[in-house]
Amino acid sequence: MLELFLLLAAALFSVGLYGALSQQSIVMIMMGIELMIAGVITAAAALWHFLAPAAADGQVIVVAAVVAMAVEMAMGFAVTTAVFRSRDIDTADAAEDLKG
Amino acid sequence: MTAALFAVLAVLAVTGAVLVFRCASMARATFALLASLVCVGGEVILLGLPYLGVVTVLMMVMEMVVMAVFMVAYMMNPAGLMPMSMVHNRRGALTISGVVFAGLAAGVLLAPWPGRVGTAPQDTTFQAGAALMGDQMLTMVTLGFALLATMVGATVLAVGRGRYDRFGDDLSRPRPDDPAGGGVGR
Repeated sequence: MLELFLLLAAALFSVGLYGALSQQSIVMIMMGIELMIAGVITAAAALWHFLAPAAADGQVIVVAAVVAMAVEMAMGFAVTTAVFRSRDIDTADAAEDLKG
Repeated sequence: MTAALFAVLAVLAVTGAVLVFRCASMARATFALLASLVCVGGEVILLGLPYLGVVTVLMMVMEMVVMAVFMVAYMMNPAGLMPMSMVHNRRGALTISGVVFAGLAAGVLLAPWPGRVGTAPQDTTFQAGAALMGDQMLTMVTLGFALLATMVGATVLAVGRGRYDRFGDDLSRPRPDDPAGGGVGR
């Protein structure tokens, strides 16, 4: 059963990675990152349950991943707001000034 | 029963995740993501972590509602009424994510996972709370500071005058340079 949960986590992570790599919109890129973190949450909870439920380490990883999700969302919206306010754009492709 | 519930939630979670990048309507994509993340919360509850599962679900609901507002505010085609492609390098992204999934799946299936050590406590919420207020206090403090820094950083980035100081980069300007006047004597 552990393997099934981890496969689910891998699937969520991979779908999120596809979105983060392929989408132009900054908000859609954030959605991809959310899915990747959801995969981490699933994997951490499964590892806690099936390997070491007596220790709280797995739960702490879940808490850290949830916090990472909140930080990513807040900073993503702030960056989107700043970029949109200064240039009236909402895509990553339109903000590639530093591209080498 | 548990296996059936896991299967249903897993299928819904992955289907929702795929639909996020298949829907033309941004609003539908947002709610597909919400469905996927709620199913992830359900899986966490299924694994015996009701508190963290409910926290995940509640947080995701609020996040997705906020995200829907931002979608409508910023995106040029939020309803998906005009067919348009908002992707780049689709084939490369598909290849990379496919290789990553294959690598992760191979690791999952080939790794010699150890057996379970110990048993879950009666109250897993108490276990998490005791750890965060005890052995993992440094983790808790670090997460707290990260959230505080996020609040300050996000506010500074999002305000109208941008991230530059209203008194100049070296704070030498005698009067603040605000895009809109304010304060006493405006």
